[in-house]
This record gives sequence, C-alpha cells and structure tokens, in this order.
Amino acid sequence: MVSLPGKARSNIRTINLVMAENKQQIESDVEAAAPVFHVSSSPHLSSKSDTRRMMLDVLVALLPVVIMALYLFRMYAVRQLLICVGSCLVAEALFVRMRGKSFSLNDYSAAITGVILALSLPGTAPWYVGVIAGFVAIGIGKVLFGGLGMNIFNPAMVGRAFVMISFAAALAASGYENAQSAVDAITQATPMNVFKQTGVATPLFALFTGMTNGSLGETSGLACILGGIYLCIRRTASWEIPAGVISSVLVLGGIANLISPDSQWTVLHHLMGGALLFGAFFIATDPVTSPLTPKGKFIFGIGVGTLVMLLRVFSGYPEGVMFAVLLMNALTPLINRWTIPRPLGSQ
Amino acid sequence: MALTIDGFEGSGTFAHGVHPPENKMFSTEMAIEVVPQPSKVLLPLSQHVGAPCQSIVKPKQSVAFGEMVAKGGGFVSAALHAPIAGKIQRNVVTTLPQGRRVEAIAIKSDGEQLEGDELLEEIFGGKWPTKGLEKYDPQQISNAIHDAGIVGLGGAAFPTHVKLMSNDKADIDTFLINGCECEPFLTCDYRMMIEAAGPIITGALLGARAVGAKNIAICIEDNKPRAINVLQKAADGTGIKIAVLKTKYPQGSEKQLIMAVTKRAVPLGGLPMNVGVAVSNVGTIAAVARAVLRGKPLTHRAVSITGGGILNPKNLLVAVGTPIRELFDYCGGFRENAARVISGGPMMGFAFTNFDAPVTKGTSGITVLTREDVAKSEETSCVRCGRCVDGCPMNLVPTKIALASRNKDIDLAQQYNIMACFECGSCAYNCPAGIPLVQLIRTGKGLIMASKKK
Repeated sequence: MVSLPGKARSNIRTINLVMAENKQQIESDVEAAAPVFHVSSSPHLSSKSDTRRMMLDVLVALLPVVIMALYLFRMYAVRQLLICVGSCLVAEALFVRMRGKSFSLNDYSAAITGVILALSLPGTAPWYVGVIAGFVAIGIGKVLFGGLGMNIFNPAMVGRAFVMISFAAALAASGYENAQSAVDAITQATPMNVFKQTGVATPLFALFTGMTNGSLGETSGLACILGGIYLCIRRTASWEIPAGVISSVLVLGGIANLISPDSQWTVLHHLMGGALLFGAFFIATDPVTSPLTPKGKFIFGIGVGTLVMLLRVFSGYPEGVMFAVLLMNALTPLINRWTIPRPLGSQ
Repeated sequence: MALTIDGFEGSGTFAHGVHPPENKMFSTEMAIEVVPQPSKVLLPLSQHVGAPCQSIVKPKQSVAFGEMVAKGGGFVSAALHAPIAGKIQRNVVTTLPQGRRVEAIAIKSDGEQLEGDELLEEIFGGKWPTKGLEKYDPQQISNAIHDAGIVGLGGAAFPTHVKLMSNDKADIDTFLINGCECEPFLTCDYRMMIEAAGPIITGALLGARAVGAKNIAICIEDNKPRAINVLQKAADGTGIKIAVLKTKYPQGSEKQLIMAVTKRAVPLGGLPMNVGVAVSNVGTIAAVARAVLRGKPLTHRAVSITGGGILNPKNLLVAVGTPIRELFDYCGGFRENAARVISGGPMMGFAFTNFDAPVTKGTSGITVLTREDVAKSEETSCVRCGRCVDGCPMNLVPTKIALASRNKDIDLAQQYNIMACFECGSCAYNCPAGIPLVQLIRTGKGLIMASKKK
C-alpha cells in the first residue's frame, strides 16, 4: 500500500480532479488507499492507434508520388506543393479560429489536403490558383461543414473543382504545357490530350513509370500503386475502394475496346493514364467522404470507376476523376443507408 | 495451424473481432492459492441474473460451512450458502462493482474453519469418475445444480440449472464448455483447466447428460497450449473433444463461441438452445460436478487478482462474500502507478472504488490497471475510418449507433440494430478518435428502454 503524507495526498486528489476527463468519476476512498482511482465506462483499454497516426500514414504513402513529382517537374512541383500546403494550413488556422474552435493543425489533415490538392494540379498553374484552391478546399470544403469528419465532399476536390471552373484556361489541356520550359515533361502535351487531339496513345511503359506531362501526382502509375498498397496494408485506406474503381474501369474499358477495337487507347491506357490510379488510391479512399462498410466501399469504388469512364468517353473533359469522386461523395450517405449490414443471427 | 475441429462444423473462429494485448503473464504461472478464510463475509441477495434470493436466516443464528442461508426467489434465481462457519449478523447494504446497491447477509466467522490445503482438497480433491455417471438422471443433475446455488462463473452469473435442464422445447445436441478466457489479464479459468481438470471433465459429462447433448467440446484458445494438453489427456476415452480456437477477442462470448465451433448463428434476441447448443464456463462445470457427486454447494470460486497495478498478482481460491480489499492486502497491495480497479477484465469489466464490496459468484477477477494502461488520447471527430465496423463481432456499424445515441436519435440507432450490441468493447478499443462508443451505445439503449416504458 502506498502511503503519502496528508498534504501530498490531497494534492494528488486535486490534480486528479482537475485532470478528470470523465464526469462520472467518483472520488475514491483516499484515506484507505492512495493512489486515487477513477471509474469509467468499459472498455478500459484502447489500441494505441490514433487519428494523427492514420494521417501520418497517408503522408508517408504520398511520398513516392511526391518524389516522382519532384523528380519530373522540379521547381514547378516544389512551388505548387509549397503554395497549396501553405494556403491550406493558413486557411485551416484562420477559419478554425473564426469558428472559435481549438487549434487543429496538429491532426495533419489540412496538410494532407494541401499535398493532394497540389498533386492534382498542373505545376504550371499560376500561384493564385493554388492559393484560392487551398482556401476553398479548407474553407468551403471542410470547415463550413464543421471541420474534420463532418464534410460531405473531398476537400481537395472541392478546391480543385472551384479553380477548374474559375480559371478554365489555366487548368485546360493547354494550361499544362509550356513549350519554353526547361523541364522536359512540361514541354509535351498530356497523354490524354494528345490522344483526344490526335488519336495517338502514349506508350504504356511511359504511363506506368510516369515520364509524361500531367497533374503533378498523376503521371506515374507505379508511384501511385506503391503508396496505395502501403495505405491498404496499413488499413488506413480500405482496399475495397481502389478494387472497385479498378475493376469497373477494367470492365468498362474492356467493353469500350470491344466496341472500337481500332482505338490506340486501350483498357490499360485507361487504367494507367490520367489521374485514375492517383484518384483510386488517394482521393476516393478519403474515409470521411466514403461509405463505412466494406460492401458500401466497394459499391462506392465501382461508382467512381463507372463515372470516370462515362466522363472520359462521353464528356468534353479528357479526364473525369474529380467529378466522379465528388458525385459519389454526394451519394455516400445513401450508400450507407443501403448497406446497413445484417447483424450476426438476424433472420 | 489449421483450425478445423474434429466432429464439428465450425472453422475455429468468427468474423471480425480484435487483438488486444493478452497481458496474461502477470498471473498465468501462479497456481491457485487458498486465501485465509475471511473473518466476515457479505453475501448479496442479488448477485445473479434473475430474482433476488430470500434470506432464511435470522441475526445471531449460527450457520455451518455450506449451510443454505437464502433460497432462490423464483425459477430464475439461485440459493446462497455460508462459505464459512459463523454467526449471522444484521443485514447490510453494499454497493457492488456494477454500481447496484444490494442487500446482503453478513456472516461473522465463528469456530473452526476449513483452511488452506484442506479446503483445496475439499473442493477439487478426491476422485472424479468419468464412468458410471448414468446413474444420475437428468432431472437429478438439474436439481443438484439448483440446490447448490450454481450460477455462471464466467461473469454473467446466470443461474445454471435453468440452462442445464432437459427441455421439451429445444433439442440440444451440443454442449460446449467455455475455457476461452478471451478477456486480457484474467487467468483463473486457465488455472482451473490445469489444476482442476478432473471436476471439469466429470462436470462436462454430467452437464451433457442434463441437457441430453451427444457432442461435448471443451473450447480453448490456441494461446493456452498447456491447458489444451492437460485436458486432452484428461478427456481421453470420455468422448469429450477439445476444440482449439483462434485467439481473438471476444472468442469467449457465447454467440461467437457457438459460431466458431458449430457454425450456427444464435438468432438475435434468442438463446443458444434455439440452435441446439448449451454453453457453460469451465469453473461453473467444475462446481456442477461437485454439486452432483457430493451434494456440495457453491461457496468458493477461483479469482485472478492481476494487472500491473498490484504488487503480487495471484490466482486465488476465495470464499464468496470475502471483501475485495482483503484480496488486495493478500496480494501485497497496490503499486504506485495503479490507476483503475476493475471487477472482471479490462474489456467488459466494471471500474469501481468501493473495495469493501464482496467477491460475488460472478467475480472472475480483479484487474488493477496502471496509468499507462488507461492513458487515452483526447477525443476527436469520427473520420469514418470504419475500424469499429472491422472490429464488431456482431457485424454492426458502431459509429452510426453511437452518434445516433449521442444525438438521441433512437429511431436511427434501432435502424442500425443497437439492441444486437452486447458491449464487448471491440469498437471502442479500435477507435483511433478515442470516441467512447460503448458508453454512448449504452446511453442509447437506456433511452430506448425509457421510451418503451412510456
């Protein structure tokens, strides 16, 4: 039995009362047994994982993609990443303070939004595009709904959609190119645009390794797969979502191939080209804006993949990942309602 | 290792569940020790599921060891017997770890007591036959269990005679003995399996006779190879199978256990007998053997006093009614970093502070957690990561139920099958946002109960 002098005992008691996290806690019988014991509802153990650790996992998983972007786009990538991450962090701090809520930068979620936003933009976009996209992503995409966990739409995609409509030229196919640039990739047109214009498909190997032009993070299928697999193994992202996206693209892309067998853009181009893999592994898997159950997640993935294919094949845009994700985000509450699992033993 | 169980259809595991650190090392090697008989015991009249029992003694009356002091207050109820020889005192009111305030019979020790090895011999010793049990007919077994006041010793404390009786309505073909002990820290069932294999085997045969089950299996998680070994030897030639199950929490939960062994799903709101199964804990079934063969009541039970917050963790044979404080003293008292005392294990046990509360028939252990054990990060928003869904052994969506409960939206909570939750704690254990999911779900259930009463 630990015995302490009376004063120390009452100090411990005061400290513990001040630190009390639980309103239910009952002051224990201090006379008979210091230390002080609190009560609480079971379970009394928790796994050591926390939200911050999950967010760090995402940043780690983004590393291969970021490294590829830095290698390929050099200063363009550095600049865009700094602008987007910076504006997202500033926006988060500012808006959270305006709502009178406590400091929230330490959960890393704003930083992730910034990185994903930057990786979904062309390196050539003017500085104000990144700044505005960052503020819209955090302000309208997240804080307006109540902050982390409350938003309906993927914040990064909200920001990107806003600037895509507002600055159509900067984010159109031509916005990606700069013939005078010292960086090789930027002097070319994006693979999807080349195909849309000329019907010539970029070799698959280039799409896989990522030696092409495009949004900063989307060019390399390999980097996306590496990071994505890490996320799925860590269970930070649910494998059901990328599996749904990829399988629906394979099926629909296969059908598209059968209908027009002459097209150079094969089902594998659909898979490796554009932002599909980046979207499947890093954007669609945002837990907040995707369904809760494994079945719901798979349906969500299939929906994203299907919409991407519809947009790519039938719309005026060469790419459709962003709109596909946003549309499926809107359907998430409905999918959740459809996929309430049957409890063990239900009839 | 393949987890197929010879003669049963189950795969040896169930869907979902979690893997909390087992933490059995504190007390797993400690053989069951007999605590000196207490100078005074408190026997709460309501320490089981069902109607409280009724005292049949008066103050100042002398009672002998094992004498009945309270009879069952109904069909679902259990009698109480004096664990020590002594004098009845005035009834007192005590607060049990669950928070219930209950009336209790107080007995003050008086005269010679059976102590130490003699007591151990009295309870577990002697011969435990596996043959010739046909002479006990099912009704006789059930009556003996009833008279001995036996309840489920795994923690639920449901009167055992209600479970182990021949029932015209249900055709029970399988009798499972639950030795999973999936709660972290607790080791009393493990020690029972090693040190009291005799009564467990005999009890299993008797219990199966009572319900008319042909298949008998003792179910043990694969993290207890020694218990598996001992019982395999003891069960040789009796027809009892040892089902080795995957170590996963909550494997010892009745519904999950039945699924893992027999591949049958107990219907929601139903009982194991609806799928032809009866389940009893290893400690319970050892008490059954003693009651049927020797006519002795349940007066003592094995209790683990364990955790990083206690100086000398032990497994003890304790008189029901012993003040819990005496067990702490016997185990050397608390360490300085002790922070929470729990009746039962850390996943489903009750934190309490009234250490004068007595050990009841349902007390499987007392876990003393340290400050490091209970440290929890600040609660943050749900990011809908779905880890609660991955953990839930009932295949529910805990976050939806919990948040609906928090918003007092009982319709939504019911849509998500709140009542199927048995509060195992897997969801809250997994939650990276530190949301008290189980606590919220309990509040939701309370709201639903209240709304039904209106």
